This record gives sequence, C-alpha cells and structure tokens, in this order.
Amino acid sequence: MVQHDQGQIEQQIELPFVESVRISFQSLMIRFWRSIITTAGITLGIAFLVSVWTNSEIGEAMKSSGRTDQIASFEDEESTGGISIKDRWLILMSLIVCVVGIANSMLMAVTERFREIGTMKCLGALDRFVVRLFLLESGFQGLAGAIVGALIGCIGSILLNLKDFGLDVFFYFPFFPAVGDDGAVRYGVLLIILGGCVLGMILAVIGAAFPAWRAAKLPPAEAMRTEV
Amino acid sequence: MADIVVRAEEVIKEYRMGSNVVKALNGVNLEIVRGEYISLMGPSGSGKSTLFNMIGALDHPTGGSIYIDRQNMSQLSMSQIAWFRCHRVGYIFQNYNLLYVMTALENVTLPMIFAGLSVSERNDKGAELLKMVGLGDRTHHRPDELSGGQCQRVAIARALANDPTIILADEPTANLDMTTGREIINLIKELNVRQKVTVISATHDAKMLDVSDRVVNIRDGMIERIRNRDEIEIEIGKVGGH
Repeated sequence: MVQHDQGQIEQQIELPFVESVRISFQSLMIRFWRSIITTAGITLGIAFLVSVWTNSEIGEAMKSSGRTDQIASFEDEESTGGISIKDRWLILMSLIVCVVGIANSMLMAVTERFREIGTMKCLGALDRFVVRLFLLESGFQGLAGAIVGALIGCIGSILLNLKDFGLDVFFYFPFFPAVGDDGAVRYGVLLIILGGCVLGMILAVIGAAFPAWRAAKLPPAEAMRTEV
Repeated sequence: MADIVVRAEEVIKEYRMGSNVVKALNGVNLEIVRGEYISLMGPSGSGKSTLFNMIGALDHPTGGSIYIDRQNMSQLSMSQIAWFRCHRVGYIFQNYNLLYVMTALENVTLPMIFAGLSVSERNDKGAELLKMVGLGDRTHHRPDELSGGQCQRVAIARALANDPTIILADEPTANLDMTTGREIINLIKELNVRQKVTVISATHDAKMLDVSDRVVNIRDGMIERIRNRDEIEIEIGKVGGH
C-alpha cells in the first residue's frame, strides 16, 4: 500500500450531490417506520391545506357553472377569494405545528446520532456535508408526506363535494388554472397539489435547518466518548 | 536524525466548568517517530484522551502547539482539518463507531467517498481491506450481524481506507474478551510492522505493552515517564518471574 508523502495538507473536496442523496435516502429507509411517523405530521398539515383549497376551487367552479342553488353556504361565509379568514388561520396554524413537529423530530434524530455525526467528521466529512445530509433527509420526508397529504386532501374534498353536487363535480372539475367569470385567477387543483408538495418540502427543510446546523457544529471528540 | 511524525510542544488544555478552570493537560512535550507503536497509558481523567484527541485534530489545545509532519495543526482551516482527518489519520474507537445503517463494505468505503474515489475503486479497495482483516466473507453484513471482534476488524479496515500515516486507537480492546483483544492487538501490530504506519494507542490494557515500542504514562495532565521497549521487557520479565 502506498504511504502518503509528507506533502502539504490540502483542502477537503466537496462531496458529489448524488452521494449525499444516496446516503440520506439509505438512512431514511433503514429507519422506515420512524420516518413514517415524522412524515405523518406533514401529511396531515398538507392534507388540510389542500382539502380546504380544493374545496374552495370546486365551489367557485360550481358557482360559475350556474349551480348556485346548493352553494348558499359559500355566500354566507365571510369569504375572501374562496377561503374564509377562519380557514386561513387554521391552515396557518396547522402548518406551524408541522414545522415545529419536524424540528422536534430532527432534534431528536440529531441527539440520537451524535456518535454517527462525530464519526463522519472523524472520517473527513465537512460541516456542510452534515448539514446537507440532514436537510436532504428532512426534504425527502417532507416531499413524501406532502404528496400523500395532497392526494388525501384532494380526494377527501372531492368526496365531500360529491355529496353536495353529485357527479357534476367531475364535469366542472377545476383541474387546470383558469380565469373566472369575474376576472379572478383560479389556480386549479393540479397547481394546488403541486404547490402543496413543494410547500411540504420547504416546511420540512425549514424545520430541519436548526437541528442540522447544530449537528454539524458538534465537535468530533464527542464521537470518541463512550457515553452519549 | 529521527523522522518525527508528531511533535507536541508545551501543550496545555483547559476546560471551563462553570467558574472553575480544569487543566486537562499541563505542558506536555512529546515526539513520536514515524513507524513507531506508542501506547499512552494512564488512569481515567489523566488527560490521556485529551492528548489523544489533540493529536487526531479532534480538539484544539488552549496553549502550545501540535505539529504533524512539521505542520502546525492550529494553523489549518476547517477544510484542511477535514482533509487531514480523511487522509492522514485512521481512527479506531473503543466502541467501534461503525455506522449501523451501513454494511461492513459501506463502512469501510465511507472515508474513500470523502476522499473522492470512484465507486469501482472504492469497492475494490474496500473488499481488499476487509479480506486483509479476515472478513472477506462478511462484506455485506451490517454491524448488528457481526461480533464485537468482527466489528473492530471492520473499524480497522476503515481506519486504513485512505492509507493514513497515523493510526489512532482509543482503547481498542476495552470492549473485547481476552482472546479477541489479543487478536486485535496482533492485527494492529502487524499493520504497524508491515505497512510502516505509526500507531498511537490510548489504553489500560497490559497486553498492549508487549507490542509497544514505547509506553508513555500520563498522570494529572503531565507525562509521568516514558519507557522504551527494552525497559518494558525487563518489567514484563519481572512480573512473569514471580
């Protein structure tokens, strides 16, 4: 085996992104059931957001289709662009709870993996790599949770509206973005689902930012200690 | 002139515990020659682990300097320190510190990923290293499917991943039984002789004394005494004679 020359100490190289993705994905899959629990928080928050939003889109679509008889309830509410202020608050609250939940579980993951993080740093991992690993893990969880949540929210909302409007829901289904009769832009359910997925991922990454930073700053001597 | 690989000059390390300042190291001077097998001995709290962490660039001294290959460690940037840990040092820990989500081969190849080796290069080299430590048939087992001795062998293979100059072994036999501990010591000694890698080991284990070129006793943050191989042999002889 070749020994290193007594040469100059070099700068550590940046790891290829694909390696970080592979390691973080592997890490998640090994802890599959734990990941599912963390993900459930995001799923619920995004399901709620998407269902309320889809509900409002369907309501608007029904209104412009002339099915005004069944939608008296929409008119009664103090509505702003389809979603009532009360619902907006509820959505905001549920999303904040999501971020706090993710931050909490990532902090636990960091504490549990002190030794693993320290070991990686002993083997030559840069702080940036540790941060990236945790953000990616959380991002994956957020995305997976949000996709499931968005589908649940959307399907739930369709089922509820089927009860009110029957199969008309499908005839007038606001799938694509459109401009309504009153000139207001309507996003359509496709964009809402996509938006929900992206939002879920962003929230998960925000929730993981502080824990990831803490993990990276951990002195590697911690890994040497027997008791963690 | 001897080829000095590690030089500690008046190394001081202080920890702040509330309003008290605890001196873990109180002016340590030590020179370690390339290719040497050196054991740091001392009771818990003697400062042995602190000195060990300094040499491995896992901690900074409060005062004094550590030179490795004539390079002052305190002048390195974070990125250079990461490079140094990756290429120059192989760490072996008491509790193996393998990543339990990864297989033996993945554990061994992790430092090679950090060093930028390609997939085929690192898989070949990883398999070769595992074969060398006697685990050629265990490459795809995860740590929870391996015994303590086998885990420590994986850790030794991982320590050699990037052909380091120095191997730092922190109580490598503390969690192992007598026979397995002996095997691990012999394996480390073999690498020391065959690959001319400098081994610095912190230990309580008397079995380590047999294979050490020098034994450094540390007490209260200072070097109490340094014994050479011949002196150690005489002492072991004395013990054996009784």
